[in-house]
Amino acid sequence: MFLWLLVILTAGILAPAVNRLIGSRGGWCLALVPAGVFTYLLKLWPSVMNQEEISAHIDWVPALNLAVSLRLDGLSLLFGLMVTGIGALILVYAGGYLKGDDRLGRLWMLLLFFMMAMLGLVLADNLLTLFIFWELTSITSYLLIGFNSDRPESRASALQALLVTGGGGLVLLPGLLLLGVAGNSFEISTLVGNAEAIRQHSLYVPILLMILVGAFTKSAQFPFHFWLPNAMAAPTPISAYLHSATMVKAGVYLIARLHPVLGGTTAWFWMIAPIGTITMALGAVLALRATDLKQILAYATISVLGTLTMLLGIGTEATLTAALAVLVAHAFYKGGLFMVAGAVDHAVHERDIHKLGGLRSAMPVTFVAACLAGFSMSGVLPTFGFVAKEAWYEAIGHLAEIPFLTASILSNIGLVAAVGLVCVKPFFAERTEATQKAHEGGPAMWGPPLGLGIGGLLLGLMPTRISELLAAGSHAVTGHEVPVHLALWHGVNVTLLLSLLTLAGGITLYWQRHRLGGIYASLNPVIHYGPSSVYAWLLKNVNQLARVQTAILQNGYQRFYLYTMIGITVFSVWIALGGRIFSNLDSLPLDYRVHEVLLVGLILAASFAAVRAKTWLLAVGSLGIVGFSVAGIFVLFGAPDLAMTQFVIETLTVLLFVMAFSRLPEFRRLSSGRTRRRDALIAIGAGATISALLMFAMTVRADRPVSEYYVANSVTEGHGRNVVNVILVDFRALDTLGEITVLAIAAIGVYSLLMLRPAKLTTIESALDERSDDSATTDPHTAQLATGFSPGPEQEGV
Amino acid sequence: MDSVILKTAIRFLLPLLLLASVFLFLRGHNDPGGGFVGGLVVSGAIALYAIIDSASAARQMLRVSPRILIGSGLLISLSSGLAPLLTGRPFLTGLWTTATTVGLGELHIGTPLFFDLGVYLVVTGVSVVFIFSLLEE
Repeated sequence: MFLWLLVILTAGILAPAVNRLIGSRGGWCLALVPAGVFTYLLKLWPSVMNQEEISAHIDWVPALNLAVSLRLDGLSLLFGLMVTGIGALILVYAGGYLKGDDRLGRLWMLLLFFMMAMLGLVLADNLLTLFIFWELTSITSYLLIGFNSDRPESRASALQALLVTGGGGLVLLPGLLLLGVAGNSFEISTLVGNAEAIRQHSLYVPILLMILVGAFTKSAQFPFHFWLPNAMAAPTPISAYLHSATMVKAGVYLIARLHPVLGGTTAWFWMIAPIGTITMALGAVLALRATDLKQILAYATISVLGTLTMLLGIGTEATLTAALAVLVAHAFYKGGLFMVAGAVDHAVHERDIHKLGGLRSAMPVTFVAACLAGFSMSGVLPTFGFVAKEAWYEAIGHLAEIPFLTASILSNIGLVAAVGLVCVKPFFAERTEATQKAHEGGPAMWGPPLGLGIGGLLLGLMPTRISELLAAGSHAVTGHEVPVHLALWHGVNVTLLLSLLTLAGGITLYWQRHRLGGIYASLNPVIHYGPSSVYAWLLKNVNQLARVQTAILQNGYQRFYLYTMIGITVFSVWIALGGRIFSNLDSLPLDYRVHEVLLVGLILAASFAAVRAKTWLLAVGSLGIVGFSVAGIFVLFGAPDLAMTQFVIETLTVLLFVMAFSRLPEFRRLSSGRTRRRDALIAIGAGATISALLMFAMTVRADRPVSEYYVANSVTEGHGRNVVNVILVDFRALDTLGEITVLAIAAIGVYSLLMLRPAKLTTIESALDERSDDSATTDPHTAQLATGFSPGPEQEGV
Repeated sequence: MDSVILKTAIRFLLPLLLLASVFLFLRGHNDPGGGFVGGLVVSGAIALYAIIDSASAARQMLRVSPRILIGSGLLISLSSGLAPLLTGRPFLTGLWTTATTVGLGELHIGTPLFFDLGVYLVVTGVSVVFIFSLLEE
């Protein structure tokens, strides 16, 4: 299973090269990769039906029970098929949509990366593995939504999506960790067995709440729904993929996945079902208010996501199965509709429905695809959308669920009217100016939506095979066998009547849509103060806060940074240790040797010389002596490795100082007495603190020093006699890996500051010149330092 | 800098410093030394050379761009950590093997050595970036 992810990742890496070599037709080649995984998943179908265990496992940190593990069950199979199947179509479609564009390679690459993340998410069996893929989908979708990075609104929408879903992810993480602690395992398959204990656990409600915040932000549930329509700034292939098969369904997937672990309680019901219902209704209401093709579809998606959440929240066997059916139906028709919208946009460069009309004759194939998808979305016989809606109405037809049923019917009426806006208006109404030159795109443009439309129709006509898959999915969601019998024709019953009522209502609503204008006008103020404005307000104030604290803490003066760092360190050490530092002073070893005293004397003398120095060369040289003497102390106390490193570092530092200062003039004026007294105070404070800490460390004896372990295991485990080096490259290699990464990032920082020099240097230099004149009066020493090392505030924002 | 003594001394010292750095790197696992110190010694040598001649001359002597050094170093360290995953062991587990060679006798070779090589390259690359950026102003 890891191989699938790896193959998709590799295809993503190769995608730009494919675009350069064979152009937009490369989409058909790249689509073979997800299509291959799709086929492989189909091959595993029988094994999944027989409840065979299909999993992969890699130990990560065995001592902490951390592992990367994947597992294929009915639910992951269902999602995996959607992710790869629709993904393959999207790659082909993207090839047609961005034909001849240089950025096509990047689009394919990001789509494939995203596909990999999404597939990993639905296959993950370990909570932490799941979380990693979860965040990967956030990051890749950020890059996808902001694909048109030259457009500010694109970037803003991408950032909004990232902040909302990423913020949700931050809440999700502690939820998952606590769940792992409460259930004694991070493997979801194990947690299912401990479900009873988890539901009784005192942390159950907080866990549920945190996980739900993650799921709700990801799946755009009220009040986090506002980012989804804005995400329409992405090119249409991306919207089609995010909406139909992947990203936004991740939250729904998580709720379904954790249902057997957390579900079945009143808290579950009350936290999920009402939110889902509100989202469902809100999406339908807002869909009719929009005039942009993609916006209408986006709000319709929100409505369906609300439906899924509501059905999962109610949590009976029937509603869980219905949720899966609606999920599949939605994947087919919404993918198709988005591709249709993209084809229209591509042909006439217009998405406002008021400016569209008469496309039926110009784009006949696209029209057929739109009809098929539209029928499925409105639940017209014999599409799969109809079957799914029947299952949905049937599942919540009981007395206790009448409010949910009513809300469902009303929302569906809205969605049927929305289908009218998307599928009827642009194709039937009078031809407009914009649509005069409309023409059909290539097969890459109409093939995938038509395929999805036909697929939806076939599923509706032959619901038995999909019933089998839904049964396996329901088994995974409920935790036990669920018989699923979807059928196209149930006979004339109440559910069928409700379906007809919905259709009739929807058609009437579409017919009378001009009456809606007044209602929406009165709603506008409410919508204006919605969550979206809360987001804008928060963002503005967070930025303001950042600006204020940056101005205070990072004012561009090197010396101020040092004051802050040293001051806070000194302060916190004394707060933390206080009087305890001197409690054991009598046990301090006091056997000094002559050469030790000599070294200390040398350090003191050199420090004094550095402070009194009148030229920079003398100051740097004296500081070098201090460094070398410290290295000498390391030698005396048996740390040759440290000493060697210190020697080399000190040499390099002196060299770098010499390089930096060799072009500067000698000190023009030395710092004033007041500055010096302040600096002395800070220096003495820092020195005293570190000395006190060292003395404290020497008097405190742990029962068993950590070093014993390293000494004992260095040769046997690490194959080396040099304990320091073995610690660096073996025992604590992860730390070292982190450190060299930090080093590399620092180098990138220096490098990029260097790169911007030709363009900006003059302004910075002149600004610094002006300022060094002012600051020279107060503190010329540090002003010179500033020109050598720290950039002024002008550079801060770069 | 125009001191003849300095120039001559550094030209003479340079190969020695480079040799010393490789030596320090290789003996690191059993005796004082290692990738970190080794990398610092190389960059010290390059810094000296850059001072007596010029940063561009030092760049030429180095032949590879520091960016390549940093990138490949990170990659080597990371892959030496990923290698044990292929044998089903956790990330960063040391794998060791003994190779019998002509001339050098028995050699213990393990992934930590490659990890250290990565550290060596990153440290060299990073310090060289600092040095060049200060000198090429």
